[in-house]
Amino acid sequence: MSARVTLATARRVLTQLRRDHRTMALLLVVPCVLLTLLRYLYDDQPAVFDRVGGPLLALFPFTTMFLVTSVAMLRERMSGTLERLLTTPLAKGDLLFGYALAFGVVAVVQTALASFVALVLLGLDLAASPALVVLLAVLDALLGMALGLFLSAFARSEFQAVQFLPAFVLPQLLLCGLFAPREAMAAPLRWLSDVMPLTYAVDGMQELAASSEPTGAFVRDLVVVAGASLLALALGAATLRRESA
Amino acid sequence: MNSVEVTGLSVARGGRQVLHDLSFTLQPGQITGLLGPSGCGKTTLMRALVGVQSNVRGTLRILGEPAGSPGLRHRVGYVTQAPAVYGDLSVEENLVYFAAVLGAPHPRIAEVLVQVDLGDRRTQLVQSLSGGQRARVSLATALLSAPEVLVLDEPTVGLDPVLRRDLWDLFGRLTDAGATILVSSHVMDEAVRCDRLLLLREGRFVADDTPAGLLRKTGAGDLEGAFLTIAESTR
Repeated sequence: MSARVTLATARRVLTQLRRDHRTMALLLVVPCVLLTLLRYLYDDQPAVFDRVGGPLLALFPFTTMFLVTSVAMLRERMSGTLERLLTTPLAKGDLLFGYALAFGVVAVVQTALASFVALVLLGLDLAASPALVVLLAVLDALLGMALGLFLSAFARSEFQAVQFLPAFVLPQLLLCGLFAPREAMAAPLRWLSDVMPLTYAVDGMQELAASSEPTGAFVRDLVVVAGASLLALALGAATLRRESA
Repeated sequence: MNSVEVTGLSVARGGRQVLHDLSFTLQPGQITGLLGPSGCGKTTLMRALVGVQSNVRGTLRILGEPAGSPGLRHRVGYVTQAPAVYGDLSVEENLVYFAAVLGAPHPRIAEVLVQVDLGDRRTQLVQSLSGGQRARVSLATALLSAPEVLVLDEPTVGLDPVLRRDLWDLFGRLTDAGATILVSSHVMDEAVRCDRLLLLREGRFVADDTPAGLLRKTGAGDLEGAFLTIAESTR
């Protein structure tokens, strides 16, 4: 791996994203709009907004990065640029970490903006410092990115790549503890919930909502989210084969 | 000295044998044309040479190293049939990126832009270029590292005759400087520009000769006729 190639890849991906004004606008504005809707949906129940708002700050970067990355990577595969790159000295890690760096930057901007809107303008009440909120949200974004990179290997078209969202993200959303408390789930559902990375992303936000100091559970959540991202990146690297039929 | 040495190259794709026990060598300073109808295995052969084809049997040595080995990746340039460049980046941004990946010095970017005659399109987005211009951007990215071996899969498809002549002049200059070029085509009038021709049909070589040698052997008036004669005799 080389820092030069990794940075060049990150800069290239960011240039491509920046040029796509509509995608950038959707990435940055949609989370803020949804949070605003939620705020006024529970206008007379601020406690509910406080309970759901934090987890949503984890969910937006995860979902959007999953989608954007899986489509971007699929394009790279289908346009022949991936095959071309794999005949050059570029290492797989250069490509994966280049993407991670670029989407990490976008995630920081996205989360900082959404957090500002939620915490300052909409009065979302989280006990912990906004810096920890942004830190966890960026890790969630990288988790979504890593899963998107990995799963894009199994899509043959952009239609299929987009369908992976309901297939892989919605089950995690249903079982993450936001709709029903995890303690109340039937055992098999609870086990599923235990192995789904989004559970820890949402739990981490709930910890931040409840406690001003980082708790042991929050640290565990952080480690699980980071570990799951690295695992997905490693699996993604395994799908980038130089030789194909 | 051979820059490419291939012995017993066979490739199976999806249970079907695409290339059958091919052996050949390529020499520096020569343009070798790989000719044959579409579907005869030209692209598969080229992909095997650059090390991205799976299920390859046989021995493939390029510049003394096994095909696809890491030491070859900036010494062998590969231009795919469909332009492998980023449509949402400008011509220059594409070249800046590939130069970083290949470790090519920055001044090379201006040089290759002149070589493919795209100096005036530097800042234009690739997706707004014509097909032929896009193909030349793709070629330019491969030239950045001044590769010793160039594998070009139909690089002149969709180009007007003037541009085609210019590109073949460029290939000539590159081989004069010592490069080895393997270029595929299904247009016979380009075959005249090659030093040597490999005729591929259903995964087997049916001829390996100079253009003049092919004409002499078949008694045909042009290469199109020579190819037809050989195709008929091997059916």
